[in-house]
Amino acid sequence: MSTIEYLWLVPFLPLLGALLLIVVGRSMSKAAIAWIGAGSVVLSALVVIVIGIGFLSSPGVYEISVWQWFVVGNLNPSIELHLDALSLIFIFVITFVGFLIHVYSVEFMREDSGYARFFACLNLFVCSMLLLVLAGNLVLLYLGWEGVGLCSYLLIGFWYEDPKNGYAARKAFIITRVGDTAMLIGLFLLFSTFSTLDIETILSAAPTEWEQGSSIATLAALLLLGGAVGKSAQLPLQNWLPDAMAGPTPVSALIHAATMVTAGVYLIARMYVVFELSPVAMTTVGVVGAVTLLIAGFSAITQTDLKRVLAYSTISQIGYMFLALGVGAWSAAIFHFFTHAFFKALLFLCAGVIIEALHHEHDIFRMGGLRKQLPFVFVAFFAGAASLAALPLVTSGFYSKDMILWYAWAGEKGNGLLYAAGLVGALVTALYTARLVIVTFFGSARTPVSKKPGWHMTLPLGVLAVLSITTGFLEVPHNFWHGQLISGFLSDVLPATTIQPGSEAYEWLLQLVAVMATLVGVFIGYYIYMATPGLHEIVKMKMAPLHGLMQAGWGFDALYDLLFVRPVTWMARANRGDIIDGIYTGIAWVTMAANRAFAMTQNGVMRWYVLGIVVGALLIITLGIFV
Amino acid sequence: MNAIPIEYGLILAGILFMLGMVSVLIRRNIIFMLISVEIMLNAAGLAFIVAGSKWTQADGQIMFIFILTMAAAEVSVGLALILQIYHQLKTLDTDAANRMRG
Repeated sequence: MSTIEYLWLVPFLPLLGALLLIVVGRSMSKAAIAWIGAGSVVLSALVVIVIGIGFLSSPGVYEISVWQWFVVGNLNPSIELHLDALSLIFIFVITFVGFLIHVYSVEFMREDSGYARFFACLNLFVCSMLLLVLAGNLVLLYLGWEGVGLCSYLLIGFWYEDPKNGYAARKAFIITRVGDTAMLIGLFLLFSTFSTLDIETILSAAPTEWEQGSSIATLAALLLLGGAVGKSAQLPLQNWLPDAMAGPTPVSALIHAATMVTAGVYLIARMYVVFELSPVAMTTVGVVGAVTLLIAGFSAITQTDLKRVLAYSTISQIGYMFLALGVGAWSAAIFHFFTHAFFKALLFLCAGVIIEALHHEHDIFRMGGLRKQLPFVFVAFFAGAASLAALPLVTSGFYSKDMILWYAWAGEKGNGLLYAAGLVGALVTALYTARLVIVTFFGSARTPVSKKPGWHMTLPLGVLAVLSITTGFLEVPHNFWHGQLISGFLSDVLPATTIQPGSEAYEWLLQLVAVMATLVGVFIGYYIYMATPGLHEIVKMKMAPLHGLMQAGWGFDALYDLLFVRPVTWMARANRGDIIDGIYTGIAWVTMAANRAFAMTQNGVMRWYVLGIVVGALLIITLGIFV
Repeated sequence: MNAIPIEYGLILAGILFMLGMVSVLIRRNIIFMLISVEIMLNAAGLAFIVAGSKWTQADGQIMFIFILTMAAAEVSVGLALILQIYHQLKTLDTDAANRMRG
């Protein structure tokens, strides 16, 4: 307990760093900015490790109230931090991956003039994200939720001189806001039922307050899902994430791969009781995940921008997490979040090195041959890609994805369709990962390498590469041996998934099928992009309409443009003169005209005034006599 | 002694009042305008006197004394203003004193 008392330091240190950098960052040297920016997160990560050791010796649920926030009627949220196994996993990933990415950014952003601004935003992001996952009530969670959205907006538009980046930032902000609004309405609904927004209270009161499958529980769960869908870039609000790649690469790695986009997964896992009350909402979560992972996976095959491939792959992998949540495999979703955070951050950081080394070249077809030129990056990228493609037995992605597929089939809420979607997704994932590795690193060099990364950049790559491979061993399938650390660790917070009886016998078979899907995907990638030169051009030509559709992310941008953006801009144009305002300008115009007219009677000739008095007096007398 | 009929007095007061008012309107010389205002005041005073004698009440005469007092005060202020206008504009023409138009 004693070390857990210091939990408030975890979000406070990055906040302090951000405040320092905002206030005095301009006048600091770059070295000082780097020390404050990265140092605050490093300290925070150390505190998390100390707290984690304390937590492991006496696991449980800890509530640390820092102070009363405000009291309005019977809404009295406090700044209260809630530590349990679920939030501990999240704060560990956030601070640890955050610390590696901060170290990476020290070198990556060195030439940039907005050095202090960058670290201030990044620190503020880490603080908000930590508040989000540590919040003991939904108001504080919402503060963190909006905080990460703000930082995401600021960092996507970090290079604001280019209007394209500002557009991408606004797009991300507005689309996630659609989800946030749904979530806010969901919070109102929860508050109107429970008269509190304390998470523990809601979770314990919900099963008695609401009947299983009642429509109000479904509504609340769906509204929360709306928030999760926006933040986690799932269908139908997924199309902001590929454009969010306009931000600096460390931002893409930290915010748009490892942490912020998984906030939706965290929200659903945290409010799992509400979701379990509504089978409809659970099915919706699963279907959203399944459809998203497929459409994003197929889009990833056709992208040519290195970062956009990874962005679509992130959407697709979060789709897997939603699929797991939808079938009630809570710990599988968290496990996949855990492994995904490492290998996707690794892939993005490698992409950053590659893009820097090749004069900001993003097109993978103009890379090639980097295996020999950047051997260390190749090894690291290969570790991450193998994990993403779920190469069997040796990679973390294999174990987490296998767990999801297993529960999608065998879990009580699982069914064959969700499993099939996951399986096709696994094949597609392997295919686009193989394509990415082959096109980028093999073949002949098309652009010369101009810059080798320094230790600030290679150290995080090395650490993350090791973690991408090894974290999978924390949770091995039941039929291998007993080593379910993650789900055992989470068993206090999230219930275990119930298995359909009699399905254990198929586990080996299903694993074999999943391995086959991965290997077939890799082989197709190898066959198209490496074994037969020029084949991928032919395939592309043959399937030109489908290719175009997938490259455009299935046309969601165009659809939303047609449905929402154009009507709104049309109305804005039609109402440029502000029709309602016309009434008020009209009143002002009449008043001014009257003023001018009366001012003309003030002509300075005294006899006119006398005449006015006389006429007025006569008028009054006449009225007095005759009326 | 035959009393003068009240209509005569009131008609005289009315004529005096109209004369004063018309000359205020048509005169441009400010001293004449002041004199015309005095005529209008006296016309009003005459009407009071006539009305007082009609009802054999002292109120009419009291009101006339009030009017006289007020006229004295008004003339002192008016003459001071006229002096100022002449001092500033070197003329007694009121149309020249039109600098305060809207």
